[in-house]
Amino acid sequence: MIDSKTFDPNFKSLIASEPGGENIKKCFSCGTCTAGCPVREVTDRYNPRRIIRMAILGMKKEVLSSDFIWLCSSCYTCFERCPQNVKIPELMNAIKNIAVREGYLPSTMKSQLDLLASFGRLLEVTDFENEKRKELHLPLVQGRTEDVKKILKKLGFHREEQSRG
Amino acid sequence: MKNRAEDSAQNSGYTLFLGCTVPVRALNYEISARKVAEKLGLQLSDVSDFSCCGYPIKSVHRYGYLLMAARNLALAEKKGLPLCTLCSACCGSLTEANHEIQEDEKLRKQINEDLSEWVGLRYEGGIRVTHFTRILREEIGKKKIAEQIKADLSSLHVAPHYGCHYTKPTSIYGKIEDPENPKSLDELIEATGAHSVQYEDKLQCCGGGVLAIDEQVALAMSQRKLEHIRAQQADAMVLVCPFCNVMYEGNQRKIEKVFQKEYKLPILYYPQLLGLALGIEPDELGMKMNRVKATELVKKINRGTD
Repeated sequence: MIDSKTFDPNFKSLIASEPGGENIKKCFSCGTCTAGCPVREVTDRYNPRRIIRMAILGMKKEVLSSDFIWLCSSCYTCFERCPQNVKIPELMNAIKNIAVREGYLPSTMKSQLDLLASFGRLLEVTDFENEKRKELHLPLVQGRTEDVKKILKKLGFHREEQSRG
Repeated sequence: MKNRAEDSAQNSGYTLFLGCTVPVRALNYEISARKVAEKLGLQLSDVSDFSCCGYPIKSVHRYGYLLMAARNLALAEKKGLPLCTLCSACCGSLTEANHEIQEDEKLRKQINEDLSEWVGLRYEGGIRVTHFTRILREEIGKKKIAEQIKADLSSLHVAPHYGCHYTKPTSIYGKIEDPENPKSLDELIEATGAHSVQYEDKLQCCGGGVLAIDEQVALAMSQRKLEHIRAQQADAMVLVCPFCNVMYEGNQRKIEKVFQKEYKLPILYYPQLLGLALGIEPDELGMKMNRVKATELVKKINRGTD
């Protein structure tokens, strides 16, 4: 059962002040998003209408600590169809950005950040790859991109000791 | 004819943005795109230190995503040519960041302060971003493509997979075509002489966006489409995004195992199909690198050489 005493009435305003979350209060729960959602078709764990309703009610902890906010595939189907221009995939990103700041970073996303800091890409371009590229007469790709590490470090997502095996 | 090709090459210069997946897992896409571009007089140049487009960190830190995208756009701006992506997610991510930076002066100032201090770059907003397939459709055009067809693909029936970030969101791409009823890939397929097959849930998402978070959900999303395309007895699926390919081709065997089905559905990148139609040898289009072999499909083509 939901206990309204635990609600945080400011949660929707916090989301609305986050880039991408601006239109959350315009949602009137029509369910167009959920009806056309390809993720919802294969699992009932993801239901955008429900998530937005929970957020508007102020169920801050339940939303931010959930795994379901991470299940949006960013297909933009609901983005195009929403009659209130709630921009749901962007809204989900706004909620996820807040969740990360509150300490809820899924381990797989953490791994992706580590890969980006190490290689500047999600997949490492090794000498082997570049050798193969050479054989195929393709231009070489720079393996490491230190700039990305610098950017992630400045944003607080990478500490130097992590990169030393 | 020669002069016309040279003119169009001069007017059609692009910087190619490879992103993360293409140079490691989709060399067949890269090779075929470059071959087709060469054949059609489209000049592509390279920047070796492009990084990830920034898309993967959008959900974690939006400003960080904009910085990573802006870094790539700044490198492209130095070249002075519009940016051409092969990956649809890269295209969406770079287009969106580009719009925001171009339209929001305050944001542009902030990004340039950080970018110049941290990595010594600036982006003034002077670059256009587009997708390789859009260039084929809008710049080369189906008519010019049809004129150059050498092989007979009329016995092929292939199912187009548009993918999400190729047409959506229209707020950043503009109404290039109706996202609920896109036609460009169908038309590009028909331009090669092959038939475009219609199937249930044609616009469905591949599920790649949630692969890192929940593999089972992602695989279930892909499985539905493989099922629907097989039901139409198509020779192959044709797509334009390396991450959609990771789902449909890279994970096809896993999907078959999990769902106890057999699909063996060849997955072609559009430039591979086009290349075959233009008379380019299958090997030069990286067909050997396709994980689900398209040997039968290639055999059905009348290449007009033998």
